[in-house]
Amino acid sequence: MDILEYPFDPAQVLQKKRSLKRELLKKEGLIPKKIAIMSGSTIGEIKNILEVFLLHYGIKPEFYEGEYALFYENLVFDDGSLAAFAPDFIYIHTSRKNLKFFPTTGDADQAVADGMEADWKRFETAFGAAARFGCPVIVNNFDLPTHRVMGNRDAVDKRGGVHYINEMNARVADYVAAHPGFYLNDIAYLSARYGLDNWFSESQWYLYKYALSMDQIPNLCFSIANIVKSLLGKNKKSLILDLDNTLWGGVIGDDGAEGIALGLESPGGMAYSEFQAYLKELSSLGIMLNVASKNEESIALTGFERSDSVLKRDDFLCFKANWGPKSQSIAAIANEINILPESFVFVDDNPAEREIVRQELPAVTIAEFDGPEGMIAAIDRAGYFEVTTLSADDVKRNEMYKENLKRAELEQSFGNYEDYLKSLDMRCETGAFVPEHAERLTQLINKTNQFNLTTRRYTAAEVDHLMQDPVSVTVFGRLIDKFGDNGIVSAMIGHIEDDTCYVDLWIMSCRVFKRGLEDTMMDEFVRRSVEKGAKRIVGRYFATAKNLLTREIYATMGFSKMKDSETEAEFVLEDAESYVPRNHVMELERLN
Amino acid sequence: MEKQQIFEEVQEIFRTIFDDEELEITREMTADDIEDWDSLEQINLLVAMEKHFNIKFKLEDVHDLANVGEMMDLIERLVG
Repeated sequence: MDILEYPFDPAQVLQKKRSLKRELLKKEGLIPKKIAIMSGSTIGEIKNILEVFLLHYGIKPEFYEGEYALFYENLVFDDGSLAAFAPDFIYIHTSRKNLKFFPTTGDADQAVADGMEADWKRFETAFGAAARFGCPVIVNNFDLPTHRVMGNRDAVDKRGGVHYINEMNARVADYVAAHPGFYLNDIAYLSARYGLDNWFSESQWYLYKYALSMDQIPNLCFSIANIVKSLLGKNKKSLILDLDNTLWGGVIGDDGAEGIALGLESPGGMAYSEFQAYLKELSSLGIMLNVASKNEESIALTGFERSDSVLKRDDFLCFKANWGPKSQSIAAIANEINILPESFVFVDDNPAEREIVRQELPAVTIAEFDGPEGMIAAIDRAGYFEVTTLSADDVKRNEMYKENLKRAELEQSFGNYEDYLKSLDMRCETGAFVPEHAERLTQLINKTNQFNLTTRRYTAAEVDHLMQDPVSVTVFGRLIDKFGDNGIVSAMIGHIEDDTCYVDLWIMSCRVFKRGLEDTMMDEFVRRSVEKGAKRIVGRYFATAKNLLTREIYATMGFSKMKDSETEAEFVLEDAESYVPRNHVMELERLN
Repeated sequence: MEKQQIFEEVQEIFRTIFDDEELEITREMTADDIEDWDSLEQINLLVAMEKHFNIKFKLEDVHDLANVGEMMDLIERLVG
């Protein structure tokens, strides 16, 4: 819904929240999540606006509202209601108004130090209490004070409010960095971006005890929603970029490589170069860069050969320079790297091209900006790529997809698919879930949509529990071949009841579909289930908008179909003990 | 600004906020008359009025508004 897309108008969001909610609730496939908001000040409208932003991201929240200003008490001395609610996320809405001690110019050094310790202790205790719920905890830091008794010296003197807040913010950052499962909602940055005078409203504080101005609530909630959707694997994955007047100024077909604006010589050139540098950084976080441009490919490439071009051809995964419609180029890219159109952000200076893509591929997100000076902000502030966790896999993702393109080339040269698979020299590392892989497994479980038979999501705490649970069967698979290491790309979870093992989850990253890993995973799952006493295996499929391709997978592996309806299907493998392993294209290495 | 114009614009804001295109406001109307009109929505209404009419309510102006009529009188006074 455009009204909630960045750059949104906060006043519109506030006024239309009811109709927005009504419309958004009609969407199919919303993921229900339980969110506890702990209060440091009034949270009423924060809950309402957070709800519409989350719905916009396909997440249907159910809220627990902490009592007014009792975040510490509710967390530390939970009366049982919070534990019973079993939150998927906790957001602690605090601000500088929750600092009990605030230094004054008359305080002795020791009094300031003691006051800060006491203040920090309270937050640290509340954070620690939140951690025991085993779900992600989102915490605010502190907004700067609106008044400075000493003026500029306030930032230098230990008795200064600005100095105090800066010290406390450093402590919050250190805490979040040291505690997995904690995420910072940086209101110090947000209030600076929008301006302290806009961020805080004295009259709204006195009248309603809102620690930020109503107008700013959408900005705050957008930031929180971005953290939540990122943790649920709903970030964008890839950028599709135009070339002329997007990555450089001018038209390379007319002006030639020497004529385009790039580099330090012109204001426009500087803007494009900085944009390229920004993209290069995104790419190092695992965001895939692609080109869709109306150009001659050979001429377009000469732009990246310039020594002052920050980006080189090698920084892009797919490079589509042709005269066909861009919607076709984008569809082709989606196909080649096998990710869904909804994972793409399209960046093009030409509003007409944006409009065509919007019409033809409505799932693709379109960056809105006007002129090269606005491009970085348009992407940066929209939260497309909000980084909550950064796994080794994320950083390597570009490499992995490049290797995949090489595999696709190799595939073309084989007449027989099995010969091709054998030529990949594949090796699968497999085992039951272990703590060192828990973070990656949780991430994979929560962001896999296509090869996902049940779409069950697991929190980090649930994944931890599985590792100790005697009736659970877990298998992970890591796939390595001659082109590189794909990392951990598949997982299965089951539980045994009587003599039957029920498959509760089976997921696989789309970058390794049809590599024979399906068979290897099933082999290992059956073997481990039988070891734990299972005589039969039951697999279920629950239909979603995205997982159609896995509907019949059990049927192709010797299971017989027991139930079949539009929304779900159930398959059974009787006599699991005489199951014959299906893999014969890869080596197996069992780690436990 | 004419009384009637203020009335119509205030009515439009009420309709948007309460997501009810048929809502007819009256001067005597209070929070008791609209189901979703609670203290939270009161703030939302006032902030929306401030934005729409480009005015700023004073602390003492807003904490004892009795009904829609008083709200409109206040707006009329501030708009001038």
